[in-house]
Amino acid sequence: MPMILSEEAQMVRETALEFFRERSPITALRKLRDDNDATGFSRALWQQMAELGWTGFLVSEDHGGSGFGVAGLAQVMEAAGRTLAASPLLSTALLGASLLDLGGSADQKDEYLPPLVAGEAILALALEEAAHHAPTRIATTARRDGAGWVLDGRKVFVLDGHVADHLIVAARTGGGADERAGITLFLVPGDAPGVTRSRTIMVDSRNAAIVTLTGVAVGPDAVLGPVDGGADLLDRVLDRARAGLAAEMLGSAEEAFERTVQYLKDRKQFGVAIGSFQALKHRAAQMFCEVEITRSAVMAATAALDENANDAALLASLAKAKASETLYLCGNEGVQMHGGIGMTDEHEIGFFMKRARVAQATFGDAAFHRDRYAALSGY
Amino acid sequence: MAALDAFRSETRAWLEANCPPAMRTLMPEEEQVAGGKKATWARPEQKQWLERMAAKGWTAPTWPRQYGGGGLSPEEALVLEEEMQSLGCRPPLRGMGLTMLGPVLLEYGTEEQRRAHLPRIVTGEIRWCQGYSEPEAGSDLASLRTRAVLQGDHFLVNGHKIWTSNAHLSDWIFCLVRTDPAAKKHEGISFLLIDMDDPGVRPRPIRLISGKSVFCETFLENVRVPKENLVGQLNKGWTIAKRLLEHERKGIGGIGARAQARFETPMQDVAKHYVGEVDGRIADPALRAQVAGWQMKNHAFQLTRRRAAEAAEAGAPPGPLSAMFKYYATELNKDRYEALLAAEGVQGLGWEGEGFTDDELRITREWLRSKANSIEGGTSEIQLNIIAKRVLALPD
Repeated sequence: MPMILSEEAQMVRETALEFFRERSPITALRKLRDDNDATGFSRALWQQMAELGWTGFLVSEDHGGSGFGVAGLAQVMEAAGRTLAASPLLSTALLGASLLDLGGSADQKDEYLPPLVAGEAILALALEEAAHHAPTRIATTARRDGAGWVLDGRKVFVLDGHVADHLIVAARTGGGADERAGITLFLVPGDAPGVTRSRTIMVDSRNAAIVTLTGVAVGPDAVLGPVDGGADLLDRVLDRARAGLAAEMLGSAEEAFERTVQYLKDRKQFGVAIGSFQALKHRAAQMFCEVEITRSAVMAATAALDENANDAALLASLAKAKASETLYLCGNEGVQMHGGIGMTDEHEIGFFMKRARVAQATFGDAAFHRDRYAALSGY
Repeated sequence: MAALDAFRSETRAWLEANCPPAMRTLMPEEEQVAGGKKATWARPEQKQWLERMAAKGWTAPTWPRQYGGGGLSPEEALVLEEEMQSLGCRPPLRGMGLTMLGPVLLEYGTEEQRRAHLPRIVTGEIRWCQGYSEPEAGSDLASLRTRAVLQGDHFLVNGHKIWTSNAHLSDWIFCLVRTDPAAKKHEGISFLLIDMDDPGVRPRPIRLISGKSVFCETFLENVRVPKENLVGQLNKGWTIAKRLLEHERKGIGGIGARAQARFETPMQDVAKHYVGEVDGRIADPALRAQVAGWQMKNHAFQLTRRRAAEAAEAGAPPGPLSAMFKYYATELNKDRYEALLAAEGVQGLGWEGEGFTDDELRITREWLRSKANSIEGGTSEIQLNIIAKRVLALPD
């Protein structure tokens, strides 16, 4: 499990850093927010990202991807995190691509992956049903109806759910309330009869939606992966998402941290730079340590996922927990150390704190992953 | 790679043949071997193990052979460490000569100094201690006042050192002394090697909160030190002092990653023992969260150490991480004992005598000892200052 970047990954990293810095600075997110943009990201930007090959990093070559892997995509996500760029990277290039690539039938891959790689199709995973991440607590039902299925239920916090061309819905086909067995994944067209979607406006100005399914009928070919056995596929893909999101959060944390350190050097009070005050120096140094620690966890997790290592799940939880704690720290300290200007909407530091909170809650916060880490370690 | 694999199997075979079984057991703190003329041996195997390892130079695996070292590459030394760890071999010798003075002499010492001192460190013949802090020079080390005056062929040294670990058991002391009181405080300091046989050197042990006396204060009164015991140039000792501190911090920062880890009872098992289990999990969810929180922090920290090592092997310049390692490792070690005490309840609070197991009493004393980790070798606050200044370039 390498802890230094390959040459290829380093190249992707540099390209991505420049790409987001130039084409999607925080002003782009602000504009999407202020314009009440209905899509919530720029389709033109997404098209350019697809042209750079990023949508195909988790798709095999047979279906137009490169199979470059999670560690490679993490470089892109980290760079996106630097500028808080809104895009379907997580929903589509990571979750959608992984679910289909790892769990799809040959026909499903042929149908869904090429348009995904081309940047034409947006996918969204409709998983959560309550306020906290709980991947097996699924009440949405799918009952057999002839050869096909009928779905009923309500999904919340569906990332990019309101614009997705296809939803991947986790539904219960058997088993009890919080059981792993009996979960099945379904591919459902976003505009299928019985599907209603409403965008939720989140504090971080990024995309999420409530999706209601009322008697939604799908054919037998809508089942993604094994009937009743979707939990394993979901686990594997969620771990990719946790590690990928942790990479994005690492980028955001480092950016918030660097901006804050710069502010400590620029801002003068009492006739000196406030960065000369030990109370602030020490807290800045502590942030530095936490960013470095988080980087190690993210690198180890993404590499382990690409290798299918035994400890990949453990490391994914480690990375997501550390990234959650560290971005929370850097976001909050960023606002505090910027003082009054940090409270203004005009200044960008507040965007990091807002994003921190939403990213923390996505696919398990630090407490969730601490408990999971303990469970995976046998205690 | 093939050569390294061959080295690994040879090393393993040699260790299996030469490490006495008694030296493959958990090492109680009082059985650490530090050598020196005043060395005592709890059992004969300690001496035997030290002699065998020293004969190969493996007490100082990477030092050049001409000074008694093992002449191993960093990769080979790592293999040796890994094999010792997997067989549970005790470190044959520890001490400031190996981890702190030796590397500094290799970098700054004269050929004569290296030949005089390094081989005797490798064999454990001479035990070294550190004369840095003074009663009025703690975190502000460069304000030290111990005076050394050059008089012909020798220095005359007078002063008062403190926190000189194990000075009462040591043979030589490396000292920071002021040789130019008129110069700015960092520019009048020199680095001297002092034989503690001189009657003017008087160490006095200090009783600590752990009930032990590993630290001393050491009085220096009209001590005559031959001129050739000056390391580096006169008044240029601060650079050497700082380099030695880097080695010291690296050593302290290595806490928790040392050999013999396999004998430690994992924290989660300690917790299960004292609070019980429900469905295989630590029964108390708050304690479970504390244990997992610590394990995750430690896990991420060990990954960071590995990342730094891999970057160094790949030829990247040494990063700004060494100050971070000292800070992080010592805080982590303190947290470890706090969690263990939380798990043990009142069983972790015994001082001595009936009602407590040896392990419980040991952990209580180690909890107290661990409090020094974030003070010795530069406090956590000093490490944070160093990160702020050197890494973040924040203004003074």
